[in-house]
Amino acid sequence: MKKEKEGWKDLPIGLVLGAATCLNFETGDWRSEKPIWDSEKCTHCLLCWVYCPDSAIIVKDGKVQGIDYKYCKGCGICAEECPPKVKAIKMVREEK
Amino acid sequence: MIVARTGNEAMAEAMRQINPDVVAAYPITPATEIVQLFSKFVHDGLVDTEFVPVESEHSAISACVGASAAGARVMTSTSSQGLALMHEILFIAAGLRLPIVICLVNRSLSSPINIHCDHSDSLASRDSGWIQIFSENTQEAYDSTIIAVKAAEAAFLPGMVTTDGFIISHGMERVELLDDKEVPKFLGERKLNYSLLDVDNPITLGPLDLQDYFFEHKRSEIDAMDHVLPIIEKVHKEFGDKFGRYYPIVDEYKMDDAEVAVLAMGSTGGTAKVAVERMREKGKKVGLVRARVYRPFPRDAMTKALSKVKVVGVMDRSDTMSTLGGHLYNDARSILYKSDNQPLMKNYIYGLGGRDISIEEIEAIYEQLFDIQKSGEVDKDVVYFGVRGE
Repeated sequence: MKKEKEGWKDLPIGLVLGAATCLNFETGDWRSEKPIWDSEKCTHCLLCWVYCPDSAIIVKDGKVQGIDYKYCKGCGICAEECPPKVKAIKMVREEK
Repeated sequence: MIVARTGNEAMAEAMRQINPDVVAAYPITPATEIVQLFSKFVHDGLVDTEFVPVESEHSAISACVGASAAGARVMTSTSSQGLALMHEILFIAAGLRLPIVICLVNRSLSSPINIHCDHSDSLASRDSGWIQIFSENTQEAYDSTIIAVKAAEAAFLPGMVTTDGFIISHGMERVELLDDKEVPKFLGERKLNYSLLDVDNPITLGPLDLQDYFFEHKRSEIDAMDHVLPIIEKVHKEFGDKFGRYYPIVDEYKMDDAEVAVLAMGSTGGTAKVAVERMREKGKKVGLVRARVYRPFPRDAMTKALSKVKVVGVMDRSDTMSTLGGHLYNDARSILYKSDNQPLMKNYIYGLGGRDISIEEIEAIYEQLFDIQKSGEVDKDVVYFGVRGE
């Protein structure tokens, strides 16, 4: 259910919000192209993780686990940054 | 301690005693001395302040915003074009509710370029959401600087304390300085509603605010402005009780039995007080009302003061370029719209670009106000006083 928006008297002083509010904003539904990650080819250099503007590369213990499609906007930066000799990420047309 | 100080020196002394955490500033005549002297205090280790010498006033106030959001007590100083260059960030500081204090030395805005006093710089920023306190003399500039820090922090709003360029800023006067230890004690620690440096409680500060919340945030800022005057009055009382110098929001001088009055701001208040004395020696019942706090506008206190007389001459050292006269005149007329005691009112725009205003000239204004009282008519609502060719 959608939360009622606060009136002005209920707002905190100053233009302050809690942190990490983008977690509530699922940018994954903006996607027209989708990155497909190949675990066989990946060398876990983490360049994709460094460059991803939405923190949508899932990493555990220094190893890429996959892509968080809830937040991935499909910008393709990860595929572009993946080293040419590795090419572990390719972009495909999003099918709904 | 009684000393001889210029307005700039007194404001620098106040800043030294306040010992702000951060001062970011850029020099501009006639305010340069304030931060120049302050930077010497930093160099000599007399304050703990992080001094940020930036490349412009826009950067100065921006650095102040960042530091204040981090929780620091922050001050800066500027004049005229410097304040104009700060303009966009002034609104941001107020919207973020950051109690930054500016020691502002009033100087005409270009063009024509000029370095002397009028109130066009501070009054062009009157709608930015900052508290504005105008000083009559050096003592008041010094005291108000300290008062403004406490009031701004209590209201979670920024404030500027002004002096009149060269007239106060460079005029040597007798000043009573407070004890170095008393000032930090009077101010206490800054109360924080949030801090960017509090990593255990991370926040998002100043996010994009569209049709759904912008209006609510603005409404809450307006409400904060609506609560400032009682806060300033409380700080005035605390200051007076502790140090013996009491200040009003609206300064009334010999108003109790006055028939006509001048309304003015800044150093002209002092000149007008002498004119009042001289007129009274001649048996003429005149008074002076001085807007010490200009923003927020002291509606009730001002209505009460102006309603006491039959005729008010409003002296504005600025013009709104709206063809409606000066700033103070427009505010004064506005608050009296619903008053049962509406005095006749005439606006005198004077002293632009630092043109001197003398005691004799103010006496002449009082004589004109008596003429208006006698005829019951204001021949011309807005006049330009002391300009050639009028």
